[in-house]
Amino acid sequence: MQMIYEISRPGRRGARLPLSDVPPAPALPENLLRREAPLLPEVSELEMVRHYTNLSRRNFSVDTHFYPLGSCTMKYNPKSLENVSGLFASAHPMTAFLPGGDSLVQGALELLDGLGKLLAEITGMAEVCTHPLAGAHGEMTGIMLIAAYHRAKGKRKRYVIVPDSSHGTNPASAAMQGYEIITVPTAPYGDMDLELFKEAMNDEVAAVMMTCPNTLGLFNPHVAEICDIAHEHGALVYCDGANLNAILGRVRPGDVGFDVIHLNLHKTFATPHGGGGPGSGPVGVKRGLIPFLPTPRIALRANGTYGLQIDRDRPQSIGRIASFFGNFGVMVRAYAYIMMLGREGLIQVSEQAVLNANYILARLKPHYDLPYDQHCMHECVFSAGRQLKQGVHAIDIAKYLIDRGFHPPTVYFPLNVKEAIMIEPTETESKETMDAFIEAMIDAAEIAERNPEELRQAPRTTPVSRLDETKAAREQNVCLA
Amino acid sequence: MSNTSYCPNTPEEIREMLGVIGVTTVEELFGAIPADLRTRSFYLPPGMSEFEMTRHVSSLAEQHPRDIANFIGGGYYDHLIPAVVDHLAGRAEFYTAYTPYQPECSQGTLQALFEYQTAICRLTGMEVANASLYDGATAMAEAAMMAMRVTDRDKVVIDGCVSPFYRQVVRSYLANLSVEIVDIPPRGGIIDRPGFASAVDERTAVIIVQNPNFFGSLDDLGDLAELAHAKGALLAASVYPVSLGLVTSPGEMGVDIVTGDGQSLGNPLSFGGPSFGFIATGKKHIRNLPGRIIGETVDREGRRGFVLTLQAREQHIKRHKATSNICSNQSLCALRGLFFLVSLGREGFAELARLNYDKAEYAKSVFAKLPGVTVLNPGTTFNEFTLALPKDAGPVVERLLAKKIAAGVPLGEWYPEMRNCLTVTVTEKRTKAEIDTFAHKLEWQACK
Amino acid sequence: MTETYYSKEHEWVRVKDGIACIGITSYAANQLGDITYVELPRVGKGVKQFGELCSIESVKAASDIFAPVSGKVVKVNEALEETPEIVNESAEDAGWLAWIEMADLKELGNLMNFEGYDEYLRGLE
Repeated sequence: MQMIYEISRPGRRGARLPLSDVPPAPALPENLLRREAPLLPEVSELEMVRHYTNLSRRNFSVDTHFYPLGSCTMKYNPKSLENVSGLFASAHPMTAFLPGGDSLVQGALELLDGLGKLLAEITGMAEVCTHPLAGAHGEMTGIMLIAAYHRAKGKRKRYVIVPDSSHGTNPASAAMQGYEIITVPTAPYGDMDLELFKEAMNDEVAAVMMTCPNTLGLFNPHVAEICDIAHEHGALVYCDGANLNAILGRVRPGDVGFDVIHLNLHKTFATPHGGGGPGSGPVGVKRGLIPFLPTPRIALRANGTYGLQIDRDRPQSIGRIASFFGNFGVMVRAYAYIMMLGREGLIQVSEQAVLNANYILARLKPHYDLPYDQHCMHECVFSAGRQLKQGVHAIDIAKYLIDRGFHPPTVYFPLNVKEAIMIEPTETESKETMDAFIEAMIDAAEIAERNPEELRQAPRTTPVSRLDETKAAREQNVCLA
Repeated sequence: MSNTSYCPNTPEEIREMLGVIGVTTVEELFGAIPADLRTRSFYLPPGMSEFEMTRHVSSLAEQHPRDIANFIGGGYYDHLIPAVVDHLAGRAEFYTAYTPYQPECSQGTLQALFEYQTAICRLTGMEVANASLYDGATAMAEAAMMAMRVTDRDKVVIDGCVSPFYRQVVRSYLANLSVEIVDIPPRGGIIDRPGFASAVDERTAVIIVQNPNFFGSLDDLGDLAELAHAKGALLAASVYPVSLGLVTSPGEMGVDIVTGDGQSLGNPLSFGGPSFGFIATGKKHIRNLPGRIIGETVDREGRRGFVLTLQAREQHIKRHKATSNICSNQSLCALRGLFFLVSLGREGFAELARLNYDKAEYAKSVFAKLPGVTVLNPGTTFNEFTLALPKDAGPVVERLLAKKIAAGVPLGEWYPEMRNCLTVTVTEKRTKAEIDTFAHKLEWQACK
Repeated sequence: MTETYYSKEHEWVRVKDGIACIGITSYAANQLGDITYVELPRVGKGVKQFGELCSIESVKAASDIFAPVSGKVVKVNEALEETPEIVNESAEDAGWLAWIEMADLKELGNLMNFEGYDEYLRGLE
């Protein structure tokens, strides 16, 4: 398929702009005037629509295919959310900062405040800040809050502890803020080894970062104890809330002992994934960390209106971590989702998510190695270890699934499982769909025994197959010349 | 069980699944959770239908007046968005997909993002670009960190004419690291070149500027590039994408790392997000770029295709040694930016820049004639400019807001010596009539 | 014939006149897969035995390479900047990474010889 630049023809136009109703201004000075307009494509609107419509059809997506990417919570995105997100399209964020401006944006401020309070209740935290623009951004903000907390106590801690099963953003976020990482291995029971954790723990640890339930889809039976031990040493405990879908309405990380949490609205709260964003990663904190929350902070005034707290009144704030209030358009959707589902709906989400994952686990168990043989939560992790003996890797099974019309599960994560296959169906999938996926997985296992080469030939039904990633990395062509 | 949570399975199917698993209730599947960790409170409102939800959210949105004439910028700009942008970004195959980890079933997203990268390179005059960052402010912070990696130095010199919001974000990002950040206050509303000359030394990793700056002034950065390079430092500039249709590209000016916010390109104001940040640099620095990068390659039949590349830089491989912690970017917003640029096309985009320039220049000329009002910018501006009013700008803005005009950003909050100054933004959406009305009302509010 | 020594982290060393030529073993190169980039150490860099020396990237992984001996880096294999695949083709010969001016020849006693390394590899499988 051609690129848009390749179907471009000089002189073709798309959208027309209004004509100018002001006199033309004198030209820019020579040294500031661009000599040539940038080489953007020149196509008609029809050509553009055809190009991108056809391009989009090369994607698998939740709306077209079962998409059990473990750790990503690819649940259905209700269309009513799309409708409401556009209602605030023309709201300028700077209005809130103008004198008298906040009276013109009460609706948006109320929504943000409302969302924060709902998320605080859901997670068991005292307050939620909506600013982080993605999960990883939330993690970094959380680490910054923890650092500010220790600094305020006159302590300069050195380390952050993570389990070896953690998502890479955990150590990356901590390292970005100057901490050294201590990695604790996973015990045979599937979570951070408690004894090794106790050995690693010391008074120079700033934080322990855990995913709850963890990236293997398992709930750590010692999680409260780990929180206690961390607190005894003066460390705070951070919850990576990416897997919240498993425990909505059932466990609140705040109640367990976590001090900080980030949420992924594009996972748990059904906002679309967008092909890789935009997401939204609000951060929740316990009372003791509120003074450090980023600026600007929305406050409900005595007269019942919403306004922004003045920066001067919040001297301990870590400052700004984004320009405005966060990805507002994403947050409208999450707010609407929570409003629609309500208390009972959210509880039902975690029940059905966990049920669906365990159903898949039970049916695939005879065919794939299960590193942790117990009920899982919202996702199950298999290993293609058995298939490896025939020379078949997890990636080959993934490519075969594409031919069978399924987006593959996550493969090769978490790192502590060899040939990992992580399956998260989510609560929005029917038994029928899961049965079809299970059949395909069982077929893959059977083909691996009988004729492994067939899997290595997959996928055969897609426009391209087995792309040369080495060539891409070596040649680094990231832009059409 | 009410079906408000989009869970399709019937009680019968659920019973069947429980049977296969070997339990009688769903509750048993949560057995691993100790009883004392079960939630003590979950006070949420009861759910509602989509119709009631829409009514509720609409009632919030309706509180915002629709008919305000927007003359404010400050990082977010009121631009036209062709209908085709919403339409294509609304394709479910684009917006309900995720990160293209499996390239064979994600060529839609991958090729579109490659086309986006190409567009950014062409706009900025740089060799390589990534597939987007979160926004302009965090992109600037990432540029600072990137420059420190490239030069292995720990001093950042940043211009005081850079947006105060952006400078605050850079400071927050670097607060826990042993980095020296030097702010050079503005001189007459533009870069204090002598100030920079004395601040930049062999310890400096990067000089950071914004062009046009927060006051709207456009500058030729060539001499700053030379100053930086003479000391082995890099020059990073945050640019306004619409200006690139008319103004010399930062690449041509000698900038090493270009960043900016793509909101002006096809992303609605939406009370501050989402938009996207862009970053572009020279090919020699590609390994130090943060975020996702799409690369071109071939498959085993020799067919052209696109993949996520240089992933070894990223957090899922390098973990604590990654160039950044970024995982999700702002893919759909970047695609909106691409669709915007393609819809306008080469000629249309240049025309858009010209329209913005002409309208702002007209407004500037009208305001300059108001008694007691002066234009502070010493030279060229693009689409924003700063007025010095005869009185405190804050109350003027407040009174004009009541008259349905968002007059601009009063600067006193961030530049205490500029309490009477107002930065006004004029885009292609503002008509001559709106500008004339604004001038008339401004004269009444500020000059009498 | 100069003896080759091996570390547990799959680096090899050959010493001549107090200068150690070092690289990664074929086993390590195979484990990494197609190498896309070698981040060579800076000439003049001081290293400690088993401390971090540099890193090697493949498509799916980024591996730290550890110095098998202490000393100062005096030369690096610049050919690898353009053609990192040489390490895949000839890890223990043309794919050498660096020369280190050794601080202490006795450190070789902390490494394995060919038979020892061979046995070590068999133990890993």
